[in-house]
Amino acid sequence: MSPLILAYLSLFCALASGITALNAERYPWLLRYGSSIWLGLCGLLAVGAGGWSLIDEISLIDQVRLGLPWLHWHLKLDPLSGFFFIVVGLLVLAVSLYAPGYLQEYVHSKIRSLASLGLFTGLFVFGMLLVLLADDAFVFMVAWELMSVSSYFLVVYQHQHSANRRAAFLYLLMAHMGGLAILLGFGVLASFGGSFTFDAMRAANLSLAWASIAFALTFFGFGMKAGMVPLHAWLPEAHPVAPSHISALMSGVMLKIAIYGLIRFTYDLLGDIQWQWGLAVLIIGAASTLLGVLYALMQHDLKRLLAYHSVENIGIILMGLGLSMIFINAGRPALGVLGLIAALYHTLNHALFKGLLFLGAGAVLHASHENDLNNMGGLIRRLPQTAIFFLIGCLAISGLPPLNGFVSEWLTFQAALQAPSLASGVLRTIIPITAALLALSAALAAACFVKVYGVAFLGVARSHKVAHAHEVDIGMRAGMGLLAVLCVIFGIFPAAVINLIDAIPQMLLGVKPVSATAQGWLWLTPISPRVASYSAPLVVIGIVLFALISYVLMRAHPVKFRRGYPWDCGFGALNSRMQYTATAFSMPIRRIFAPVWDITEQIEELHNPTQPQRTEIIRHQLHVQDKSWSRLYEPIGMLVIAAARRVSRIQTGSIHTYLAYSFFTLLLLLWVVT
Amino acid sequence: MTAWLLAALQTLLFLFMAPLLAGWVKRVKCHMQNRSAPSLFQPYRDMAKLFRKHTVLAEHASWVFRTTPYIVFGATILTAAVVPLVAVQLPTTAIADVIVLVGFLALARFFTALAGMDIGTAFGGMGASREMMIGALAEPVMLMTVFTMAMTASTTNLSEAVLFTLNSGLVLRPSFVFAILGLMMVAVAETGRVPVDNPATHLELTMIHEAMILEYSGRHLALIEWAAQIKLMIYAVLIANIFLPWGIAAEFTTEALGVGAVAITVKLMGLAIVLVVWETVMAKMRLFRAPQFLGFAFLLSLLGMLTHVILETGG
Repeated sequence: MSPLILAYLSLFCALASGITALNAERYPWLLRYGSSIWLGLCGLLAVGAGGWSLIDEISLIDQVRLGLPWLHWHLKLDPLSGFFFIVVGLLVLAVSLYAPGYLQEYVHSKIRSLASLGLFTGLFVFGMLLVLLADDAFVFMVAWELMSVSSYFLVVYQHQHSANRRAAFLYLLMAHMGGLAILLGFGVLASFGGSFTFDAMRAANLSLAWASIAFALTFFGFGMKAGMVPLHAWLPEAHPVAPSHISALMSGVMLKIAIYGLIRFTYDLLGDIQWQWGLAVLIIGAASTLLGVLYALMQHDLKRLLAYHSVENIGIILMGLGLSMIFINAGRPALGVLGLIAALYHTLNHALFKGLLFLGAGAVLHASHENDLNNMGGLIRRLPQTAIFFLIGCLAISGLPPLNGFVSEWLTFQAALQAPSLASGVLRTIIPITAALLALSAALAAACFVKVYGVAFLGVARSHKVAHAHEVDIGMRAGMGLLAVLCVIFGIFPAAVINLIDAIPQMLLGVKPVSATAQGWLWLTPISPRVASYSAPLVVIGIVLFALISYVLMRAHPVKFRRGYPWDCGFGALNSRMQYTATAFSMPIRRIFAPVWDITEQIEELHNPTQPQRTEIIRHQLHVQDKSWSRLYEPIGMLVIAAARRVSRIQTGSIHTYLAYSFFTLLLLLWVVT
Repeated sequence: MTAWLLAALQTLLFLFMAPLLAGWVKRVKCHMQNRSAPSLFQPYRDMAKLFRKHTVLAEHASWVFRTTPYIVFGATILTAAVVPLVAVQLPTTAIADVIVLVGFLALARFFTALAGMDIGTAFGGMGASREMMIGALAEPVMLMTVFTMAMTASTTNLSEAVLFTLNSGLVLRPSFVFAILGLMMVAVAETGRVPVDNPATHLELTMIHEAMILEYSGRHLALIEWAAQIKLMIYAVLIANIFLPWGIAAEFTTEALGVGAVAITVKLMGLAIVLVVWETVMAKMRLFRAPQFLGFAFLLSLLGMLTHVILETGG
């Protein structure tokens, strides 16, 4: 028995989950229970495999006689892939608890193919896990494409709506652009290393220019998959249209696989890291963070909003990585490790809370068939437990102590604050500014989640469907509860988590962050106790203690409580439409940061013909669009269409001409070859 | 053990002196504006009255509304426990550094805003939306000034930062001048004072903080107001002790502690007078002028940081 065997077993379970669902058209319970049980097993085994290799700090390699005759599949499980195994495993486990309840409706409606949903979910998880095990470029790309293509089928699953088909096509297109860039990046390394195995690539001796080209290609490719600005356009289109538990997997885990790819390629395969790369990653990360949260603030479709927040969080992860790369190049490996740990920690945290929030959004959708925040309200009374879990997710993603999102953001800040020790004045100036942008984004994220929670769960229901929602079943609550509990635990015991993941920098850089947890499990001291310390357990004890003392003192002298009408300015009965909507809530921010979006706002007043001074109806239309569309994608799209039109001139439609083309091409090729 | 005891005492001092500071501000303000002033102890009386009164809950209020006062109060006391008031090098400062401290205040703001949204009225939503907007703009400024301090002292631990300023003597750091100005502007915005908000008004369309807590009454209101008074004191103490730490007790002797207590009292009284003058000569701004105000504060703190990076590290 070894971690690798466990990993194989989890891969097998993922496949089995897909295959079990094949007969789901006839026996729908196969999808709801059979498939989900396999998936749950897969998650457990993946956590086991990852945890084992991470705790024991072991790397195992294996060759499987599959693939090309001269290139067998090289597989490897080391602490880095082990860590991502845990991330994938935890989410898959939560999703497997959640799925039976959520799929109930799909089974009852019977308009969609159940078999394809189960099959592609299994293949999708299989693909993600296989990417993590890959130890040569061939397996990596096969698994990568398996992951991309099967997730395409999941995005296009609800294909009755043309918008979903369009989103899925955009996703497929961009995933393949990214895939191509990654392939080329591997190509550069393989041509220097002489082989497609990662071992050969590690040994390859690249010139600075070629290394930079390879880095740029893969950063583009993995960045596109991860959803960094400005390559993020597919993400808010594709993630929300998949079934909610798949959205949780895509946003929570698939983006992390891209982060894994970036870390593996840059730290492990390329090695010699340049500060310019780090700076590029840092700046793009900061831009993603800020733009992601600003775009998210303007959304009122809950799942789209969450998808934009993935852009933000990927930005935070990239900032950590960028800082780490800069410090490593500057000969400060201890700080490089700090940045890397911050990035990895945030990767784990984002998977947990984003998974939780997507599952919560799915629960709301399941209970009320409503996805628009502006129609929700008062769900805390209809879905009391979901509301608690969702609140934990909101607190975590807003980066508030003592939850997990705060810890990783704090570590990123601590890394950024070490900028004065760098020699370059430019870096010393830019890094604190990006840290300020991170602070701005964190505060805006808090504003965004006050909006989400306040509009959806608090107040009074704004529509009939929402007013009559029912709490979701126990399995769905268990799935969300698992993630919520993990969010709290990983927030309160950061030292334990860091002790676990410090095997990764040990493996990649040969340096262990001794000081971060040197003061015991109670304290987190990333650089030294003098410089900064944070004790999450004591913070929790403190807040709870003070709140309890004040509560107990209050209870000692009870007074009467009574319910009354809220203040209505004396005009009488308030109704649910008088509440602030999501759009109204974010209006001040829309006004302040107006240049960031393409905003079209139309106000139309219709007057009463008999009394012209009286306005009968006011129509207000607001359309806020992501600027990357008008500035980047549409021009490129036009360019492609224009080029296609030029090229189409040579297409005459006559077979003779085409034969002539082939003939001349052949001649040309022969001439080139000889 | 003495150290922990002192830390607890200091927190209690913080807790029970905060209303006094609020009373002092009110009193000086009345004198400044030629009004007859209430007693210095009026805030205590108000609070005692609120604690005894019946509590009215809005009909749609959920448990979020009822627990928020306790969470806000708990988070604010914890913040106060971390800030060095009379003495430095107390063990509580290690629990949370200055970034965590900003996080605590953000946590309190998050829940206050949620409570505003909970009752389902337009005022609550309006207050929450505006408060989060101002908070979102103020928080990065606060962190930038803190970063300037942290990079100079190469620590984010408050106690260490205070010691650093104390030990480096009377040197003029241009970056600190910018940072202190930025921090003062943020403090004004975050504690809901003129020109960003006006704590004395309940004029419906202009209020921000008051709009969120409009539905609170009785002991809930008392807790929230107390927390607001503590928050004002936290900002005042931060400004006083980070940038002008002289007098603070570096060792735990009776003498040093006495000097520390007198010093902080004098500093806070002085800062309160600055605040009162500022509030008297300024008019409240329109809501959408507030971003410009905070933008200016951001510029100041950015300048402070750049001054530090360019001038003071000699790179």
